[in-house]
Amino acid sequence: MSDTNTDTRTPLLEFRNINTHYGAVHILKDVNLAIYPGEMVSLLGGNASGKSTTLKTLLGMVTPTSGEVVLDGEVVNDKPTSYRVERGVTMVPENRRLFKRLSVKENLELGAYLRNDKAEIANDLERIYTMFPRVKERLNQKSGTLSGGEQQMVAMGRALMAKPRVLLMDEPSMGLAPALVQTNFELIQQIHEEGIAIFMVEQNANMALSLADRGWVLQTGRVVLDDTAENLLANPELQKSYLGGA
Amino acid sequence: MTTAIRAKGAAKTNVDKFLTLLRVLLIGAISVGLLAFIAQQIDPGNAFAKWTHDGQEANRLTGEQFKGLIVSGLSQGAMYGLIALGYSMVYGVLGFINFAHGEVFMVGAFTGFIMSNKFDEAGLWEGGAFIPTVLFTVLIATLIATGLAVLMERVAYRPLRGSPRLIPLITSIGVSFFIQNAVILLFGAGAKSYPPNPDWLQDDWILGIEGVKIVVIIVAAISMAGLWYFVERTKTGKAMRAVAEDKEIASLMGINVNRTIVTTFAVGGAMAGIGGMLWGLLFRSVIATTGFLPGIKAFTAAVVGGVGNLGGAMAGGVALGGAESLAPLTLLEPLGISGVSQLRDAVSFVLLILVLLIKPTGLFGERLSSDDRA
Repeated sequence: MSDTNTDTRTPLLEFRNINTHYGAVHILKDVNLAIYPGEMVSLLGGNASGKSTTLKTLLGMVTPTSGEVVLDGEVVNDKPTSYRVERGVTMVPENRRLFKRLSVKENLELGAYLRNDKAEIANDLERIYTMFPRVKERLNQKSGTLSGGEQQMVAMGRALMAKPRVLLMDEPSMGLAPALVQTNFELIQQIHEEGIAIFMVEQNANMALSLADRGWVLQTGRVVLDDTAENLLANPELQKSYLGGA
Repeated sequence: MTTAIRAKGAAKTNVDKFLTLLRVLLIGAISVGLLAFIAQQIDPGNAFAKWTHDGQEANRLTGEQFKGLIVSGLSQGAMYGLIALGYSMVYGVLGFINFAHGEVFMVGAFTGFIMSNKFDEAGLWEGGAFIPTVLFTVLIATLIATGLAVLMERVAYRPLRGSPRLIPLITSIGVSFFIQNAVILLFGAGAKSYPPNPDWLQDDWILGIEGVKIVVIIVAAISMAGLWYFVERTKTGKAMRAVAEDKEIASLMGINVNRTIVTTFAVGGAMAGIGGMLWGLLFRSVIATTGFLPGIKAFTAAVVGGVGNLGGAMAGGVALGGAESLAPLTLLEPLGISGVSQLRDAVSFVLLILVLLIKPTGLFGERLSSDDRA
C-alpha cells in the first residue's frame, strides 16, 4: 500500500500481490490495489498493460496464479463471479456488451438477477427511468436497435440494478461519439455522488483524473505510479507518456 | 458466408450460376406442379393431366382426402416441431447441432412402449383407467428423456466446452450411435408395438378426424405454449436467452452459466420425450432407429424455421409436416410421377435445400454476423 493512503477503513476491494498468467504469459506482476467505499479511483495504462485483466480478476472471471483478491476483508479467490456481484461488485463492460436481442427492460431486469427484493427492484427501475428518461421511452425495444449513447445508459442502468457498492468501468468512453463523452463522465460523477465507489479504467486519462480521487498507472502488468489524482495530473513523466501534454 | 464477404457487383462465378439455375428449376417445378394440381381439380381430363398420365384421367382429390392430408401433416408436423425445439435451443446456447437429440425422442417413445405394455398386462391400458395411465406414462417418458439429455450434456458435451464447434458435433453423432446400439442391446433390434389404443381414441371426434390425431396436435400445442412462456416470460428463460447471447456477460449478471446450459438440455429433452410418447400413441410402433428419421426431419424443421429461433422451430415443424403430407399428392402426382407416397422423405430434404438456396437463415432466422457464427 502506498503512503498516499491515509485511510484507516477496511478497503472494499483489494489486491494483495496479485499475479496472473494466460498460459505462459505473465500478465499482472505483484499488483497491489485498494478501493475504499465511496471513492473514485482510476487505473491508467497503455494497450496490453493488464487493465482489463485487473478488472476480470477483481470479478473472478480470471483466477490469479498467486496473491489474494479481498472483498470486505474476506479472501474471495475461489468464489465465483456471482458471489462477488451479490456483495456489491459489478462492472460496466467495455463496449457495453448489452444483450442485443433482449429488450431494454429485460437487460435492466437481468442486472438485478441475483436480487429477490421485488419491491426494491421496482423502485430501482423507477430511479433509473428518472435518471435516463430516454431509456424509459425504449423499454420494449430490442437493445441492439439503440444508439451508442442510449446503449451506454442502458449498460449503466443494468449495472446499477445490481445495487453495487463499487462499480468497475472498463473504458466507458470507448466507442462513444465525442459529444457524448462529456455527458458520460457527468453520469459517472452523478452515480459516484450517490455514494457508489467507482473504479474506472480509461484511455482518456485527463478526463478520468479530473474526476478521480486517486489513480494508478499500470505498465506491462506492474503498478509504476500510485498517487493522488492531482499529483498524477502534475506528473511531467505521466503527462508525456499518457496525457498527451507537453 | 462467402456471399456476404464478396463485394457487390463482383463477377458471378459458375457456382453462382449453377445455384441460380437450381433455384429457378425448383421454383419452376413447384409452380408447374401446383398449376397442374389446380387444373386437375377443375377438370381431371384436361390435356396436361392426360399427357402426364399416359392418356388416363388424373385422380381428383376429394375434400375428404385433402382434409386427411392436412390433419396427418399437422399431427406429424407438431411432433417434428417438438423435437426441433431441442435442436434449436441447444444451437442457440452452445452453437452446435446435437445430432443425438433424435435418440432422446426415441428413448421417450421406448419408455412409453415399456410402460404402456406393463400397464396393458395389468389391464389398465384399455379400461377406464386409460387417461390417468397415459398421463403417468407421459410423465415418466418425459422424465427419462430429460434425464438422458442432461446426462448427455454432462458426460459428452461439457468436457468439450470451449473446443471448436465441429468437435461436439462429431461427438453427438457418436452419442447417437451409442444410444441406438445400447437400446438394441437392451431390448433387441425388432420393432416393438404399443398396445392398441381404446376405441374411443381411434374414433372420429369432430369433422371426421381421429381422436388420437387431435390429442397429438393439442398436446403438442400446449407443450409449445408452455415452453414459449418459460423462455419468454420467466426469469430462468431470460437467463437462458442471455447465456445464448453472451456467456461472459451473463455470468457477470450472476447467472450460473453451467446450470443454465443444463436447463436448456433438460427442457429440450422434455419436449422430445413428450414428442416420443405422442409418436408411440399415433403410430403404435417403435424401433431402435425410430429416432433417426424424425430427428433428421426435425433438424430440417429447425433449419427451415431459422435455427436458434424457437417460434421458427415450431413453424418449421408444422410447415415440414404439412409439405411432406401434401406435396406428394398435390405437386408430384399431378405431374404424373408414380409412387408418390414413397417420396415423402425426398420432399422434406428438397424443402431443406430450397430454403438453404433461397433464404439460408431460415424463414424466421435473423441474419447472423460473421463474427457471431463462424
